[in-house]
Amino acid sequence: MSASLSVITDRSLTYQQKVAALAKVGEETVRPLSIDPETQALRDAGVVCDLFEGSAPYRPRYVVPDYERFMRRGSAFLGLEPPRDIWEATTALLVLYRHVPSITTFPVYLGDLDALLEPFVRDEAEARKAIGLFLLSIDRTLNDSFCHADIGPDATTAGRLILELSREQKNAVPNLSLKYDPDRTPDDFAILAAATALEVAKPSFANHRLFASEFEAMGLGDYAIASCYNGLAKGGGSCTLVRMNLAALSPRSKGLDDFMGRVLPDAVERQLSYMDERVRFLVDESGFFESSFLVAEGLIRKERFSAMFGLVGLAECANDLASRGSSGAGRFGHDADTDALALSIVDRIASIVGSHRVGRLEANGGRYLMHAQVGIDSDRGVSPGCRVPIGEEPELVEHIIQSAPFHRYFPSGIGDVFAFEPTAKSNPRQLLDIVRGGFTHGLRYLSAYAADADVVRITGYLVKRSEIARLNSGGQSLQDTTALGRNAVNNLGVLERRLRS
Amino acid sequence: MTARAAPAPARGVVARILPRSAVDGPGNRAVVFLQGCDFDCLYCHNPETRALCVHCGECAPACPSGALTARPAAGPERPFGLEVAWDATRCVDCGACVAACRRDSSPKAVAMSAEEVVASLGRQRAFLSGITVSGGECGLQPAFLESLLVASRAAGLPGLVDTNGSTDYAALPALVEAAEGFMLDVKAWDEDEHRALTGASNRAVIANLRFLAAAGKLYEVRTVVVPGSFDAERTVREVSRALVDSGSAARYKLIRFRPQGVRARWRGLPVPDDDTMAALAALARAEGVREVVVV
Repeated sequence: MSASLSVITDRSLTYQQKVAALAKVGEETVRPLSIDPETQALRDAGVVCDLFEGSAPYRPRYVVPDYERFMRRGSAFLGLEPPRDIWEATTALLVLYRHVPSITTFPVYLGDLDALLEPFVRDEAEARKAIGLFLLSIDRTLNDSFCHADIGPDATTAGRLILELSREQKNAVPNLSLKYDPDRTPDDFAILAAATALEVAKPSFANHRLFASEFEAMGLGDYAIASCYNGLAKGGGSCTLVRMNLAALSPRSKGLDDFMGRVLPDAVERQLSYMDERVRFLVDESGFFESSFLVAEGLIRKERFSAMFGLVGLAECANDLASRGSSGAGRFGHDADTDALALSIVDRIASIVGSHRVGRLEANGGRYLMHAQVGIDSDRGVSPGCRVPIGEEPELVEHIIQSAPFHRYFPSGIGDVFAFEPTAKSNPRQLLDIVRGGFTHGLRYLSAYAADADVVRITGYLVKRSEIARLNSGGQSLQDTTALGRNAVNNLGVLERRLRS
Repeated sequence: MTARAAPAPARGVVARILPRSAVDGPGNRAVVFLQGCDFDCLYCHNPETRALCVHCGECAPACPSGALTARPAAGPERPFGLEVAWDATRCVDCGACVAACRRDSSPKAVAMSAEEVVASLGRQRAFLSGITVSGGECGLQPAFLESLLVASRAAGLPGLVDTNGSTDYAALPALVEAAEGFMLDVKAWDEDEHRALTGASNRAVIANLRFLAAAGKLYEVRTVVVPGSFDAERTVREVSRALVDSGSAARYKLIRFRPQGVRARWRGLPVPDDDTMAALAALARAEGVREVVVV
């Protein structure tokens, strides 16, 4: 059966999901990228992977609109005046979301919602109703768990309402981050966020000081958390995300020296050249930056776009190389030598990526941003980014201290997910303590959920168990991410995470 | 108020340090269990912390990992002519030593200074809201308890005191000041029932309940419910009234008796059902207690 016909007749897909899938089939009919045979061989071997971005990039993978500007100026193209009250504000945002490109067809960043809506919160009861309907609309029309909203670091009424309503509605969309700064985020607000996370698996906690200082140092200023946990410049984004599967790469080497000296640098260079080619087509040929009203109206600016160099499967790679070295080498996450080896691999990649410049992109001096990719649903035996494999997780504090040194390498995203016993809900301050301790040790991003919640964090995105059950019983799920979640549950054992008390 | 002399640089007898707990006060807390208790509760869950070790040496042969050695020793504190030494690096935490002990003690309790306790928390410190000092009965080592609370607070870790209330805290103002708050067990309101349950009077306990509540130092009161062992309704009602009368914001935790860890002869005590616990919680709420927790 042809690819299109197989989509058209698939009874597990909603109409919207079919339209998106058919667009992908259409894109695949053209192959305008120039890819050298060695790079193609690495793609075929699953070492270098563009995560289904498509063969002809016609929009950046991650678009992070400057919604503050939109709220101040409205949009000539959309015929919208700046909003004057909470109803106009929420409606304006819903209208714009429909027109933000991405590879899923759904926007990956919905704005720092508390700051955007707070100026319009005049009567709390009215704001609660408006924001409640707004969040409901997001969940029911933006049917993809990579749609991500941010709140914090300051406490606001709008922020509190978003947390309270998220807890009531128990929806998978939007994904939500609290930009947490112990000097700015009051404890009661942070504890409300922690209690909400233990009920509905969101928000996650982003280390605001770390992100803010890095994006300042890169000359990009304000940042957003988008999609899974991707730190990106506000008013910009990322042209592409290509990942390196280190678990698939290490078996291609004769040993540690061969890996570090030949196999790894070669693969990193190949991946960089593939990213360059994707960026070249998007910037030079697709016409995106010349034709999008978002660019024309200053809601995104090309000079604020970078691209993301992803990696996955560090644990398996380090374990493989360590086991081929000295006998008695320990496992990643538990053995200091293996952890140090893993860190040296990341350091080596970061140094090659950091010395590569792409002239077409000005952000960060033309350097790509590192990203610890969370995996794809078909991965088996490949742990997300730099995570310790599920089933081998150390004790909670040891785990965080083990993980933290990796986080500084990944300004465009890395994070750890911890599952808690349901009893943790009676002491949400405990979670805040973990967050604060983790951030003190340099952790960038932390997600938590309680084991009995319907909404669970798969790798970086949220899925409802009840929706997975619906899909398993032959039905359809509104969210396209439910199918990804189901496969990840089967292939990565994400429901088997060590429970923390 | 008279100024108290600075406490001697006391060393405490520490039974165990749990580096991180989410059920011993707000947030994550390190729990420092002190050795020795003056109550003998039927349902004691850690009876090995009740008595101080007399170095009889009986536990040493029971140790399967060679962590315990009994060496000859002299002096009034070594009535058996022996000294038991515990090697933490060889200990496998199997519990054989405390099972072999006939005196409700443990050879693993060690003398530590307050600074040593705080230093032992190491990398866990950044992940804690504070410490909780428990036992045994921590009030039996007041000088050490005070120095530990002061040292811990100085390290950014405020300390809660988890106590059976037998120590007169009104007479220890510096200790009370150094504590972030108290978690007080009221095991029974009736003195005879209390004596039957614990072997001790509860007059000091009730005096502490009123004193700590009025001082705004009470974080939590707890009652373990064992059907038939005491009048739980009366206890819950009177404790609730004491809290409400003093305007205390303390929460009241009603704890279901559970047999885990309890000495063999008391393991068969009845476990209360959900209805019993719910009725007691409703009673406390009806009396006006701000927060009631059933565990």
